[in-house]
Amino acid sequence: MEIAKLLDAKGLACPMPIVKTKKAMNDLEPGEILEIHATDKGAKSDLTAWAKSGGHELLKDSEENGVLMFWIKKG
Amino acid sequence: MTVNIMTAKDVAKKVINKEELFILDVRNEDAFDEWKIEGDNFKHFNIPYFELLDGVEEIIGKIPSNKDVLVACAKEGSSEMIADMLSEEGLTVSYLQGGMKAWSEHLEPIKVGDLTDGGEIYQFVRIGKGCLSYMVISDGEAAIIDATRMTDIYLEFAESKAVKITNVFDTHLHADHISGGREIAEKTNATYWLPPKDATEVTFDYAALEGGNVVTIGNTAIDIYALYSPGHTSGSTSFVIDEKFLLSGDILFIDSIGRPDLAGMADDWVGDLRESLYTRYKELSEELVVLPAHFMIISELNDDGTVAVKLGALFAENHGLNIKDENEFRKLVTENLPPQPNAYQEIRETNMGKIRPEEEKQREMEIGPNRCAVR
Repeated sequence: MEIAKLLDAKGLACPMPIVKTKKAMNDLEPGEILEIHATDKGAKSDLTAWAKSGGHELLKDSEENGVLMFWIKKG
Repeated sequence: MTVNIMTAKDVAKKVINKEELFILDVRNEDAFDEWKIEGDNFKHFNIPYFELLDGVEEIIGKIPSNKDVLVACAKEGSSEMIADMLSEEGLTVSYLQGGMKAWSEHLEPIKVGDLTDGGEIYQFVRIGKGCLSYMVISDGEAAIIDATRMTDIYLEFAESKAVKITNVFDTHLHADHISGGREIAEKTNATYWLPPKDATEVTFDYAALEGGNVVTIGNTAIDIYALYSPGHTSGSTSFVIDEKFLLSGDILFIDSIGRPDLAGMADDWVGDLRESLYTRYKELSEELVVLPAHFMIISELNDDGTVAVKLGALFAENHGLNIKDENEFRKLVTENLPPQPNAYQEIRETNMGKIRPEEEKQREMEIGPNRCAVR
């Protein structure tokens, strides 16, 4: 998987992970992939719903040592 | 315009006083559908905060200008952002301090009544989650029943009343919330009572709470009689306090009855549940005021915010006490049950002492309604 950009949103509380994700996404071209790292537990459900409502595709998510990782393909 | 802050306590007052409130809930739709702030005269509008990042113009028309508006989210941050945006558009709104997390944890202590010889009984209404706990006070001593994990509230309340907590009870091993009983007992050197049938896997010492036990609070003989009433769990125990109040735990609620399946034993316990409700409770005085461990819907609150109804009235009106046919009863409590409480297995293991999640994790485990009843 080719990552166009990595966004580090660790340590940020809601709503900042999504605010930053949205900004980062604006800089990408459709089809490009954004990788996001976050520690806010709410990020998972919110990013999933946000991606869906914005027409993006959440390709994968995982968790490692308390860090939530997401890969979203711009729609 | 200014942005105001509303606390969970402010919102609780509005629930109890049946005031009007317009709640703009900016959590995602799943979270909103699962659980929200309920009030008789509350109106809701749900739109996730992340759909408003480009501006709030599209929702301005949906927000009333003639009533209080509260923006709510999971933990506060997003609601504050949206409240700021609305304020910039000229609206006066508030956001909920601490978000739904604070709402879930808020306890409102309300006096239920006086006891013989000067004692008092208080109900701690956890209004966001529907959990009810109790403090019985008599002659400088206090007993606590079904405490939540917000232990400071009880300790401070006891201090404000200048009473010493001597006995702490759990009517059963809870599956919907984390008990604060053991922690309170440890901090105050009180005795912690648990029904032994619910405590077979616990990792700590406790006093065995069994039917027929009498515990006296204070010197003026406010007696707490334990009444074995299995069904929700195999150890479920009720209390008759001062021959006036029946603490029914998760066996009998105001408009519903306990569900027997949260420890995975529905079929085994349905007979016990029926026996407890239809035989043991039937033998008690109809004048006893029933004080359950939960409420399900906000309309169960009395005008003063308490949840309390006489046993006689429940025998007349509670559907769960009026099912003549045993098979029909069995069906009601074992089929088509509502979803289980969030993380109920982990909550049970926490209450057994098997796992010790961090506070943040405990909050997350308890999110949502209690779901301990069937109607």
